[in-house]
Amino acid sequence: MNKKSKLSILLNGIIKENPVLVLVLGTCPTMAVTSSAINGLGMGIAATAVLIFSNILISALKKVIPDKVRIPCYIVVIAGLVTIVQYLVKAYASDLDKSLGVFLPLIVVNCIILGRAEMFASKNSVVDSALDGMGMGLGFTLALFMMGVIREVLGSGTLLGMSLYSFDPISIFKLAPGGFFVFGCLIALVNKLTKGKAIKKKEFSCAGCPSAGICGKAEKGEC
Amino acid sequence: MKEMLTILFSAILVENFVLVKFMGICPFLGVSKKLDSALGMSAAVIFVMLMATAATNPIYNYLLAPNGLEYLQTVVFILIIAALVQLVETILKKSLPSLHKALGVYLPLITTNCAVLGVAVLNVEEGYDLIPALVNALGAGLGFMLAMVLFAGVRSRMENIDTPECFKGIPITLVAASIVSMSFMGFGGLVEGLFK
Repeated sequence: MNKKSKLSILLNGIIKENPVLVLVLGTCPTMAVTSSAINGLGMGIAATAVLIFSNILISALKKVIPDKVRIPCYIVVIAGLVTIVQYLVKAYASDLDKSLGVFLPLIVVNCIILGRAEMFASKNSVVDSALDGMGMGLGFTLALFMMGVIREVLGSGTLLGMSLYSFDPISIFKLAPGGFFVFGCLIALVNKLTKGKAIKKKEFSCAGCPSAGICGKAEKGEC
Repeated sequence: MKEMLTILFSAILVENFVLVKFMGICPFLGVSKKLDSALGMSAAVIFVMLMATAATNPIYNYLLAPNGLEYLQTVVFILIIAALVQLVETILKKSLPSLHKALGVYLPLITTNCAVLGVAVLNVEEGYDLIPALVNALGAGLGFMLAMVLFAGVRSRMENIDTPECFKGIPITLVAASIVSMSFMGFGGLVEGLFK
């Protein structure tokens, strides 16, 4: 771990272990808030902020937190940060708050954040953890933004609010089925580009799931 | 009564948590491979959703809201849910070992299931009292079960088909989920008409 350069830690989250497209974590917000590009971007930035600070705090507190109650401790730290972000968004971007709705407080249960706390921040130094959080957050934001762009262009015929074409858009892409479909196709595309290597390594990403340790199913491959 | 039925059926069909609101996707994709595990997981989710709503709703309405502590909502709710899941698991282990055997493995997974926290937060946002909140939670849980069971059927058929290499695994599952989700769109506007 120590041999890794700072840059590779940062890039790891964006490309090689992109939390959404390669590890398939945090699927719920990925599909729920990406009906437009700006929503995807907003959600990505909010989650990135939480991720960076939770990684910093947990890494700084790793010697203080007793091993047995670490998951509840992480959850409290994350929930506190999410509350701060939630109120900041409410104060300065109330439109975004309305369109993200319940998914803003639900950042707490986003597997990516707890997963990174458990897998990276609890084992690495503060600076590395901050970089890892930033990389993972940017990877998450990038994936959400891509989903948002595809769904907005196809579903509403606009991009970031600008009208693109005059004929009728395929509005189903804006709705729930479109979310599943675009996400499926994006993962397939990543699979194709990486020749299936990335996904096979961690099918259904159960090993990356924070509850993997508790449920014990990951080893058996049943999850 | 009509109002309750409307809440119940719109939570099951129109506002289906998994297929329309995108909550609880991880267990939906992860545990829907076999019908019996899908049923076990959904039973555990219904159970925890009801318990979580029964606990969080009064706490919000009578403790947090009157004292101006709404900002503690997220922290308090997630802690209650985490503690509740632990408590339920311990109690079931002691007193109802058969039920624990059936639900036990799924319980720890539920703490980080966004559907459970989601239903607690949505109930508060809708301003529901305890009874409508419980009805909504029940509907959300039943809707989760419906989606899981339907999808378990779809997936068992999917195992025999020949998919392109890059679509194998998660991608084709998501595309199938998209079609199942499309069928749920047909329920839009139905429930309001049913109970007029």
